[in-house]
Amino acid sequence: MKIHEYQAKQLLKAAGVTVPEGIVAKTPDEAAAAFEQLGGSLAVVKSQIHAGGRGKGRFKEHPEQAGVVLVRSAAEARENAERMLGSTLVTIQTGEEGKQVNTLLIEEGLDIASELYLGVIVDRAAGGVVVMMSSEGGTEIEKVAHETPEKILTASVLPGFGLQAAQARRLAYQLGLDANALASAQAFLPKLVQFFVDNDCTQVEINPLVVTGDGQFVALDAKVGFDDNALFRHKQFLELRDLNEEDESEVRAADAGLSYVKLDGSIGCLVNGAGLAMSTMDLIKYHGGEPANFLDVGGGANVEQVTEAFRIILADENVKAVLVNIFGGIMKCDVIVEALLAAYDQVGFTVPLVVRLEGTNVEKAREMLSASGKDIIPATDLTDAAKKVVGSISA
Amino acid sequence: MSILVTEKTRVITQGITGKAGLFHSQKSREYAKECQPDVDVFVGGVTPGKGGQEADGFPVFNSVAEAVDKVGANASMVFVPPPFCADAIIESIDAGIELIVAITEGIPTLDMVRVAEYLERSNSRLIGPNCPGVITPGVAKIGIMPGYIHKPGGVGLISKSGTLTYEAAWQLGNLGLGQSTAVGIGGDPIIGTSFIDLLEMFENDPGTDAIMMIGEIGGNAEVLAAEYIKSHVTKPVAGFIAGQTAPPGKRMGHAGAIISGGSGTAAEKMEALEAAGVVVAKSPADMGKAMQEAIAKRKG
Repeated sequence: MKIHEYQAKQLLKAAGVTVPEGIVAKTPDEAAAAFEQLGGSLAVVKSQIHAGGRGKGRFKEHPEQAGVVLVRSAAEARENAERMLGSTLVTIQTGEEGKQVNTLLIEEGLDIASELYLGVIVDRAAGGVVVMMSSEGGTEIEKVAHETPEKILTASVLPGFGLQAAQARRLAYQLGLDANALASAQAFLPKLVQFFVDNDCTQVEINPLVVTGDGQFVALDAKVGFDDNALFRHKQFLELRDLNEEDESEVRAADAGLSYVKLDGSIGCLVNGAGLAMSTMDLIKYHGGEPANFLDVGGGANVEQVTEAFRIILADENVKAVLVNIFGGIMKCDVIVEALLAAYDQVGFTVPLVVRLEGTNVEKAREMLSASGKDIIPATDLTDAAKKVVGSISA
Repeated sequence: MSILVTEKTRVITQGITGKAGLFHSQKSREYAKECQPDVDVFVGGVTPGKGGQEADGFPVFNSVAEAVDKVGANASMVFVPPPFCADAIIESIDAGIELIVAITEGIPTLDMVRVAEYLERSNSRLIGPNCPGVITPGVAKIGIMPGYIHKPGGVGLISKSGTLTYEAAWQLGNLGLGQSTAVGIGGDPIIGTSFIDLLEMFENDPGTDAIMMIGEIGGNAEVLAAEYIKSHVTKPVAGFIAGQTAPPGKRMGHAGAIISGGSGTAAEKMEALEAAGVVVAKSPADMGKAMQEAIAKRKG
């Protein structure tokens, strides 16, 4: 689960991590008032969306307007907020459609001496948590990692023990920080790692992490992601969810216990199992079609779930045909066909439906399909299924 | 011969009094009985607080240690719900269980970091979590896969996914290629046993003469496996990577199946495998054929 920058900073601040003074604004008046309240001669107005690249991003409605701007007066804060709020910000990460900006974060300007990169993530291969730092703050860290891997410094952390003082010190020396900044690093870094561990994060990225003129570490940006599987012990985070940032049909699917991801193609897929669902998308592509979605109905799909799955798939206007691909293991094919047929009647199909079944009780299931008299195209194997469903569109 | 699951394996189920735990214990017991009629492979279960009860003929114990003591369990199949599952796995490690197969989906990642720490200090081997389990066809299965789709044979099968493993086993079976052992390693970011661990075991197993590995997007386990194959594996290897059409930043069902920061794509994994001499199927319909081709290439 992702949260907004302003939410992440509020949580970090509560955990003792230094962030800039900031005020959330949802109207131009609030933005102007926030500037006055901060009391400085300079402030930053930042669009709050779940995507990076905001500074370089531009608004569809106002092509000159950047997603993050420096302002020097309350009036300037208001004018910018007027253009930004309710408008659609397009960044390198949002795709062409962009994201609507409904909230702004107004922050104090800082005296920045240098910009660093800091990221905490789970290290899959090592089975642990890893802290990554670099002197190349503000830039895309993937690019740094690719082009100059020696500039990425790392430290492995045992979650039970946290980042050790010696590790923070070593990183600070490697980054070439002076004595003031060294002290700040030793206070800041362990707290941030503890935040990651205490809250079951999947990612905490501070880019840039700034060192101010007087040697203080401040989190100028903050990207925080939580482990969905651990939300049961952090129920307070559920309130931070912003449904405007999520695809409506994906939310609907999740509520029905389905795993669904919308894509841009024209062939809808309903599959059991995540690996097979991904492979079915690949299969369609391999035979010249484009998948409209990823959909895993899971291991115990019932009539309600299959019906809801069909409704979600067919609600997508791009869908011109649907492929059902089931490998019945413990879930028997005849049980799935029963659910399929019931769902078929409830949903009302107007596009071709190709069904490929294999596994437990497949003979019985195939008979049920053909005896149903419904306009369902049976397929004998994966390749046959792909050819038929792709062919049903081009024909 | 085979790996992990052999004639000596004796299994208990952790979470046996839950619906899924009992159902799959029954199915696994049936399969083992067909294969080894004179032996009890599935010897009981554990649910704390329910010791002394019986679940469809399975004796229930309060702790894994007690089950080891009383019925000589050396393997555990874990169905404990996600919030308590890491603790259950650590209980098995603590009791000295050799093979732990965790089926449970949805364990918090940092809980698995804790498990990984305990694993490293033990002689236990963990398969999963979030996996279909392990089957040695004709001997026994510890997991949720349907037994009949796996034929005995010489292919070592390693996969991150459930139904896709069934699909692969099915295709292999139709071509007369049975499996020595098939292992689902799981689709989570942190898992107990990697492709490399199993490649090594299959390479050293006299009963295995070819290896099929099925990966997916996310992480770099397949790339590391490719490097290992290049320098350590002499047996023919075929592969498939699911998620060639998956967009970056979107989690494809499995917690670990996500392309982030431009890495973990199917293309880079396929490329790495091919560079290591692995025959990689482009279409999921050709997984069996790819294995056939890899074997033929080696013989030719």
